[in-house]
Amino acid sequence: MPDTACYAQVEPRFYLTTEHHPSNGTLLGFWIYLMSDCLVFACLFAVYAVLGRSYAGGPTGAELFDLPLVAVNTSLLLLSSITYGFAMLQAQRNGLRGTLFWLLVTGALGAGFISVELHEFAHLIHAGAGPQRSAFLSSFFTLVGTHGLHVTCGIIWLVTLLVQLARHGLIPANQRRLMCLSMFWHFLDVVWIGVFTFVYLLGVLR
Amino acid sequence: MSGAEAASTHAQSAHEISLRGYITGFLLSVGLTAIPFWLVMGHVLTRPGVTAAVVLGFAAVQIVVHMVYFLHMNARTEGGWSLLALLFTLMLVVIALSGSLWVMYHLNDNMMPASMSDMRSMP
Repeated sequence: MPDTACYAQVEPRFYLTTEHHPSNGTLLGFWIYLMSDCLVFACLFAVYAVLGRSYAGGPTGAELFDLPLVAVNTSLLLLSSITYGFAMLQAQRNGLRGTLFWLLVTGALGAGFISVELHEFAHLIHAGAGPQRSAFLSSFFTLVGTHGLHVTCGIIWLVTLLVQLARHGLIPANQRRLMCLSMFWHFLDVVWIGVFTFVYLLGVLR
Repeated sequence: MSGAEAASTHAQSAHEISLRGYITGFLLSVGLTAIPFWLVMGHVLTRPGVTAAVVLGFAAVQIVVHMVYFLHMNARTEGGWSLLALLFTLMLVVIALSGSLWVMYHLNDNMMPASMSDMRSMP
């Protein structure tokens, strides 16, 4: 009898009243995708670290790499990071035109990066230093090419987002997409730091 | 309007976005990029080994700068799960890189003699 009286007083609850999950799972999920992408690049960096000096009697990095061109490429990508930041700031203030403008600038800088990289690749292949020349060049083209492929996908995504923004404005779904692409774009810049340091600068030093 | 406002306040709470943060990060990364290029292209330091170490150090600092100012990493994002995922990934990256180099370095030592005389002198 005392038990039932106790239950009547305090109503039992079998669920949590406070939310302990992150409020938006998309951003965390996308971050975890980026971390898995980071592992892909880590493996390619490891391959380059192992094979990077296997020249097979062919040209070395010091003979092939054009550092001023790499410096131009690096500044293009770095500038595109800050212009994407400006787009995020405009989106935060609900400025649709500003967001579209800075996204366009970002896309243009990204396209400039890709065209300089393609020019470099074409130059190397024309000079007989294609990916089939030596293990060093195979790993070089794989690592730098994978990064370039990611930037190309980022540009396609950016153009898609431009269309979505122009049609629907800064709705919450588009804000979320903008945030995910921001993470993707800045992540690619972080990978490029590794590429220009480890591949180009140390390659010329060797 | 209220939906957009809610989204932007959520964005603010998840990632602190400010012009000052982006400008600070940009200026820092310009310096951290320019100095290594200058060191290598200008042959400033005489010993290549020292240059390599300095350049790698600059890269490590620049990656942290990008993580903090552009990717807005901190211990509170997503209740700490972002940082935890990052640290776990870093651990895997270190294992993959150092393990590959270690194993393959010894493999080169043991399997690929540079010349016939090397091969004859091997035990």
